[in-house]
Amino acid sequence: MTGAFYLASLVAAVSTGLVITSLNAVHALLYLIVSFLAVAVVFFILGAPFIAMLEIIIYAGAIMVLFVFVVMMLNLGRRAIEQEAGWLTPKIWIGPSILSATLLGELLYLFGSGILSQAGGITVQAPKQVSVVLLGPYLVGVELASMLLLPGLVGAYHVGRQLKSEDA
Amino acid sequence: MPEMNAESLSIPLTQGMLLAGVLFAFGLIGLLVRRNLIFMLMSVEIMLNAAGLAFIVAGAHWGQADGQVMFLFILTLAAAEVSVGLALVLQLYRHFQTLDADAMSRLWG
Repeated sequence: MTGAFYLASLVAAVSTGLVITSLNAVHALLYLIVSFLAVAVVFFILGAPFIAMLEIIIYAGAIMVLFVFVVMMLNLGRRAIEQEAGWLTPKIWIGPSILSATLLGELLYLFGSGILSQAGGITVQAPKQVSVVLLGPYLVGVELASMLLLPGLVGAYHVGRQLKSEDA
Repeated sequence: MPEMNAESLSIPLTQGMLLAGVLFAFGLIGLLVRRNLIFMLMSVEIMLNAAGLAFIVAGAHWGQADGQVMFLFILTLAAAEVSVGLALVLQLYRHFQTLDADAMSRLWG
C-alpha cells in the first residue's frame, strides 16, 4: 500500500514539474490533467474515494475543460488552425500516456491484489460520513460556498462579455 | 483514537504532507517564474490542489471526515476562482493582444 502511495506521488510530482516547465500551454494542460489523476489515486489510497471521484470530475474534467476552451479561444484565425494541428502531434501524447498508464496499472493492481478488502488496508471515510459532517457542523460553510459561486457565475459572465467598442 | 490498529498500517502523515509541500512548491515556483497568464492560473490551481491534499492527508491520519469537507470547500473556491480568472484573461487578451503579465504592469492600461 505504501509502495502504491509512493508511485502515485512520484507520478504527481513529475507531471507537476513538467507542467511548469513546458513551453506550450496545451502540453502543460495535458500534464496537469495527469497530475490531477495522480493526486486522485493518492486520495483513493488515503481512503477518500468520494474526493478522488470529485477530483477527476471537477478538477480534471470541468476546470481543465475551461482552460482548454480559453486556450483555444485565444488563438482564433486561419493561421492558428495549422498551429493547433501542430500542438497535438502523436509524439506529444507519449509522456502523458506513460504516466497515465502507470496510474492505471497501479489501480488495477490495487483492485486485483485484494489489498483493499484486507483488514486495516485502507480506512475509508465513506461519502455518508462526509455528508453528515458537511450538512451538520459545516452548514454555514455550504451557504457561504453558494454565496461564493453565484457571484463567481455573475462575475465571470460580466467580465467575460464582449464589449461593443472592442469588436475586432 | 478509534483507528489505532489501522493507523499503524496506513500512509504516514509525514510523507503525505511532504507530497503536498512539494506540489505547493512547484505551484509557487511556476507562479513566480512564468509570465504567461494561463500558466500563472494553472500554478494557482496546483497550489489550491496541494492545499486540499494536505487537508485530506490530515483527515485520513485522524480518521475524521472534516478534511474531506474542507476539500469540498477548496474545490468550490477553485471553480469560482478559475472562472473569474479566465474571464479576466480573455478581457486582458482582447485589450493588450498578449498574455504576458509584464505587459500589464501599469494601472492605467
